[in-house]
Amino acid sequence: MGAQRGRGDDGEIVACPDGPFLVRGNVEIVLPDGTPLPRSRRTVALCRCGLSTIKPYCDGTHKVTGFRTD
Amino acid sequence: MRIPESRGPASGVLVDLLARSGGSTPERDSLRVSVEEAIAATEDIFRDDDLQITLFLLYQLGYGGVDGGDELEWDLTLLGARAAIEAALEDGLRDRVPVPERTEPDAESVATALFSLTAEDSGPSLSRFVAKKATDEQLRELLVLRSIYALKEADPQSWAIPRLEGRAKAALVEILADEYGGGRARRMHSTIFAGAMAGLGLESDDGAYLDSAPALAVASVNVMSLFGLHRRLRGASIGLFAAYEMTSSLPNRQYGNGVRRLGYGDEVAWYFDEHVEADAVHEQIAARDMAGGLVEAEPHLLDDVLFGAAAGLTVDGWLGEDVFRAWSAGTSALRRPLPAASPEHAAQTDARDARPA
Repeated sequence: MGAQRGRGDDGEIVACPDGPFLVRGNVEIVLPDGTPLPRSRRTVALCRCGLSTIKPYCDGTHKVTGFRTD
Repeated sequence: MRIPESRGPASGVLVDLLARSGGSTPERDSLRVSVEEAIAATEDIFRDDDLQITLFLLYQLGYGGVDGGDELEWDLTLLGARAAIEAALEDGLRDRVPVPERTEPDAESVATALFSLTAEDSGPSLSRFVAKKATDEQLRELLVLRSIYALKEADPQSWAIPRLEGRAKAALVEILADEYGGGRARRMHSTIFAGAMAGLGLESDDGAYLDSAPALAVASVNVMSLFGLHRRLRGASIGLFAAYEMTSSLPNRQYGNGVRRLGYGDEVAWYFDEHVEADAVHEQIAARDMAGGLVEAEPHLLDDVLFGAAAGLTVDGWLGEDVFRAWSAGTSALRRPLPAASPEHAAQTDARDARPA
């Protein structure tokens, strides 16, 4: 994340170890038909463990289920 | 905020000074004497009502203010009294907070250490109790206890911004921007919390229930202000904030469940729902970029980051135990029990689904 990227505000997806994908910047999250998903904050965390109660967003459940990404 | 009631000799002097918009120089000098005597006499500064409310009011002069205190924020005598309590409070923390094991001073190791520390945060689970068993009255007490911080949510952490650089600063500001509503005042967490209080029939003016808050609930916020207002303690401020964010999303889901079980709708649940989603984001940024980024930039702050995290968890853990003990015994967890709820709010009904869009 430390790299200089110039002026563009390209989106980035951070793959958090043992946790969600953080989505930051100009990335639209849509359903298969293109409908935008409700999004109430600039940076969001997408569930990666499959057990969130607020999918597609993360609710921290991965912390109690021993989810590992490695 | 209006002037609260005094809780002993030191706060008695301060409350009198505020009531007279500052009083005379000898009167202000007597505050320092009362504070020194209270510090010498206290057996547990964290549960010392007189010292905690005194420190809270002295800090409050630099937040939203206290009636009668506009000219007192930078009064040197009051600052001296504040410094004396702060020194005693920091000594108490250094004595009693279990220091976590050191880790490597890189961002990923710091994040791992913080996730591990916050996962161990055991103790009786207030959130599970609220989800399954709490009464309407206990839910109201929970909001009163949380209101001391939540009505100024993120303010104590904001003091750290100009003390940081680079990755840690960007991360702190990214989290704070979300806490403050991302530019929309109605989405500010403090505003959403005020809405939840109103939904339970509680007043939501800052300080409305200060007299009801036990010393530990006040101490919890004082520790945040102590860390935030001293550049020397920036590592502890960041560590505490990270731990706070990292112990939020799961409990808030439980609190939200309790709110719904008791029949309240989205206008009360919104605050808790918001934190489930927001803090699942914040905790990743807080652990790795904010706390980890700070330690990478200033490796000598590693110990303070871990100390701050442990300090917040410890003090809030004590408070949680006290609340749990009181509720288990069927008594109030507050210093001043709340008046009985109005009929309108005692029984929950239907039309509570007007979540602000």
